[in-house]
Amino acid sequence: MIFGISASKIYLSIGQTFYMVVLSLIFGLLIAFPLAITLFITRGGGIKQNRIVYTITSTIINIIRSVPFIILIVYIMPLTKAIVGTRVGSTAALVPLTTFIAPYLARLIENALLDVDNGIIEAAQSMGATTLQTIFKFVLPESRGGIILGITTGTVGLLGATAMAGAVGGGGVGDLALTYGYQRFNTPLMTSTVIILIIIVQAIQAIGSRAAK
Amino acid sequence: MITFENISKTFRTKTSTVEALQDITLKIEKGDIFGVIGFSGAGKSTLVRMVNALEKSDSGTVIVNGKDISQLQRRELRSFRKNIGMIFQHFNLLESKTVFQNIAIPMQLEHWPKDKIKTRVQELLKFVELEDKETALPKQLSGGQKQRVGIARALALNPEILLCDEATSALDPRTTDSILELLKKINKDLDITILMITHQMNVIAQVCNKVAVLEKGRLVESGSVIEVFGNPQQETSKGFIRTVINDKLPETVKEYLRNYKEPQKILRLRFDGKNADEPIMSLAIKETGVNISILYGTVTELEETVVGFQTVQITGSQAQLDAAVKFFEEHKVPKYEVTL
Repeated sequence: MIFGISASKIYLSIGQTFYMVVLSLIFGLLIAFPLAITLFITRGGGIKQNRIVYTITSTIINIIRSVPFIILIVYIMPLTKAIVGTRVGSTAALVPLTTFIAPYLARLIENALLDVDNGIIEAAQSMGATTLQTIFKFVLPESRGGIILGITTGTVGLLGATAMAGAVGGGGVGDLALTYGYQRFNTPLMTSTVIILIIIVQAIQAIGSRAAK
Repeated sequence: MITFENISKTFRTKTSTVEALQDITLKIEKGDIFGVIGFSGAGKSTLVRMVNALEKSDSGTVIVNGKDISQLQRRELRSFRKNIGMIFQHFNLLESKTVFQNIAIPMQLEHWPKDKIKTRVQELLKFVELEDKETALPKQLSGGQKQRVGIARALALNPEILLCDEATSALDPRTTDSILELLKKINKDLDITILMITHQMNVIAQVCNKVAVLEKGRLVESGSVIEVFGNPQQETSKGFIRTVINDKLPETVKEYLRNYKEPQKILRLRFDGKNADEPIMSLAIKETGVNISILYGTVTELEETVVGFQTVQITGSQAQLDAAVKFFEEHKVPKYEVTL
């Protein structure tokens, strides 16, 4: 027993947090990269300028990003049910978490891509590189550091979002703090969960900053 | 090799229109080192980018190797570009990759086998004298070394044409010289036609055999370097050439010449390989009886020949002056009237 609850409960919630963060990050990235690349190449002055595609992609991203996460969770419940078969639990939380983080990551990655010197793209084109080659051989390697820092920022945001996943029974450290700490007036437990979250955030940032070098 | 025919290009933004190029017609022959000079904003960057279609003209045609490049399909354009190397003012190397990887890129895009790439990269490193930098990252290199990597990368696929976009503008004078030497070697040993744009006249003087002067999108002058340097017609050209060969007479000398009452002729004479061996001036004095005083003289090397320019005051009777002019004509000394 630690702070009035069983140690296994704490371990379980840390595990749930990791489960939600890691999986929704992976799914989020799978969606974010194509979106970011689409934005990057179709923007005005981009390699494959296309105002219609750019505007549609950009608008969809903005719309999703405008919805507060707690609203998003309940709003897309039918979609969650359709995909995972249930509306509650850690796995069900992955759907809103992914939906939440993908557009955010897309913007962060887009920013990193835009930081690449235009001269690099010009050099690529002067070599006769195809659009895909320009992206994969020139732009992505050159923006690697920026992308990793962006993903790090996104991951920290994602960790914060998992706390709200408690609303759909997603569990996790944040949920633990709310149900056992806040609602039972268990301040020591609250404090220690906050400390755990601080440690996790520090670790994520340290790993990200190091990898970006 | 490269022909620009009546090329025009206008850039429009919401607030302004810039006529970057207006009706440019130019011809670059195989084997040339062709220099295009102009101030920033003269349109030279736009012009050089039309050769590999990084920029497209609004009207006119660009013909490279007999092909009108505006007619090329996207796929044809890509393979066409592989025959044209390009180097840049800011090198545009991938900072995340080593020297070796940077040079290897054009070959990787072509899916060359690894061992063939390795051989070729080492060959190129040797050519640009950077054998010991294979594993270095661009940030560990000096500007001159970065440009050498850029050059090696541009030469990877054995292009026929090399485009140089202000390739020496970010380099110090000594490094500039070494890069220019390298470009000469590329032109001679590898038989690659070079089109370079620059705002530095000394670059043109050092390596080019032909020059075109651009001003505000217009071609104001073009021709062989010796011709244009010997007798620039336009103020812009004169200004550029003065940065290399000073031909400006001091004001006091001009004042003296203006006040000279006797018959006189002020000429600028050009001596180069063909007429430099004979003692032409003293012969002229002996044969025609004129007096010649040298007001200003300079010797320089252009198109790999020593060229001397002498600004002289010739005095004597009108008949003697005419005889002297005829003498210079007979001895094929190019001469230009100097206006005070």
